[in-house]
Amino acid sequence: MLKILKYSCYDLLRSRWSYVYFLFYLLLGVVLLFLNNDLSKAVITLMNVIIILVPLIGTIFGVMYYYNSKEFTALLLAQPVKRSSIFLGQYLGVALSLSMSLIIGLGLPFVFYGLLESNTIWDFSLLLITGAFLTLIFTALAFNIALYNENKIKGFGYAILLWLFLAVIYDGLFLMSLIVFESYPLDTYSLVATMLNPIDLSRILILLKLDISALLGYTGAVFQKFFGTNLGVLLSTLVLSIWVILPMFNIYRKSKRKDF
Amino acid sequence: MITIKNLHKHFGKNKVISGVNLNISEGGVFAILGPNGSGKTTLIKCILGMVIPTMGKIYVRDTSIKNNWIYRRDIDYLPQIANFPSNLSVKELIKMIKDLRGKFCDETPLIERFQLESVLNSKLGTLSGGTKQKVNLLLTFMFDSPLIILDEPTSGLDPIALIRLKELIRQEKIKGKTIVITSHIMSFVEEMADEIVFLLGGQVYYKGTIDGLKKKTAQQDFEHAIATVLTKNYA
Repeated sequence: MLKILKYSCYDLLRSRWSYVYFLFYLLLGVVLLFLNNDLSKAVITLMNVIIILVPLIGTIFGVMYYYNSKEFTALLLAQPVKRSSIFLGQYLGVALSLSMSLIIGLGLPFVFYGLLESNTIWDFSLLLITGAFLTLIFTALAFNIALYNENKIKGFGYAILLWLFLAVIYDGLFLMSLIVFESYPLDTYSLVATMLNPIDLSRILILLKLDISALLGYTGAVFQKFFGTNLGVLLSTLVLSIWVILPMFNIYRKSKRKDF
Repeated sequence: MITIKNLHKHFGKNKVISGVNLNISEGGVFAILGPNGSGKTTLIKCILGMVIPTMGKIYVRDTSIKNNWIYRRDIDYLPQIANFPSNLSVKELIKMIKDLRGKFCDETPLIERFQLESVLNSKLGTLSGGTKQKVNLLLTFMFDSPLIILDEPTSGLDPIALIRLKELIRQEKIKGKTIVITSHIMSFVEEMADEIVFLLGGQVYYKGTIDGLKKKTAQQDFEHAIATVLTKNYA
């Protein structure tokens, strides 16, 4: 698997896209710091960007890479290589190089701004870790979609829909359901509903750590009340890990049974 | 070498292979023939483990291929359509495949044989169809594996490359290797194959020597024998 991972990363590094992604984050970091002129404020703005943008880029990159490397996959399948290592290797190749671009691209400007001497370093690290988590989750989901759809256009369509649903529509539906059922106790329901959406979960995880109760919202408040800050952070990290492991397991399962 | 027992493969409602039993013995050239859509490529892909059979068992060198990948170390495969990652150069591709198989081999005689020296540094995306097929052949014959599977090896080759390919196949045969070929060029098959199997509608219609098929159909030459089989079954 490591060999496949190596070649996928190598392939991505040659394809220029990871540089574009890296430069984009570098620019974003510099602009945010310049506009906010304050580290902790920049971190909050960055959170909003990361939570929407990272999933989108992970999804698109994942689908695009899968369809683009079909020839490579076909070549590998006839070689004495385990099937699951081909797909998991390619997945990790994309997800890890995207995470690297994110971490280095955002990390550099903040480090130069004096992050290492400030108190926000932990908040910032958590932000980057969450970003990496979201990349891993959404690239895995994208790979799943691509594995199930031979048709590129369909695959792209479903992937974008998935992102739109989890990033925008889910919240709307959730809020509406809260209003409709407002006369019932909704604590457990909203906890579960939050955990079912990795984007919501990441938002709460970051806000819990930043300790900004004004931005927490209803679910965040329930989260804090239920689990306290530390347990809440721990629990949401755990659920995020499950969100990575389950789609990865399905890539493994599906790739074993697929015909090429 | 290869034993196939009661193999079935359905793609949805489309039954591509239904009940193939086949035994390919060690050594010699074995040709798989059949009209378009008779399941030749699917059969080969089943042997390679690229297509998972709906039912049935396949053994390569007496080991079941189900959930197994190590047996592919003994197989060199030439795919029907040469699809390569287009942003790699020929040299890089050779290096990569060597690294993946983890096997030592010397590709220079093959590069000379197919006159590929001039394109070694070109990107695969810029090569013509015939040159791609030559690279494809190079990658297949580079490793000295006991079983060689060639899916339409002649497609797109110029006459010189074709002659060299035939020489190469004869050489490998003398070394005692098993070579499985599919082809639509009957003269090529007649020249190379020791034994043929004829697939029709996903089943084995005939297995034996070319002379046997001529006798069975009462035809003088191989091409007409095949044509008789097809018209009889489709008329």
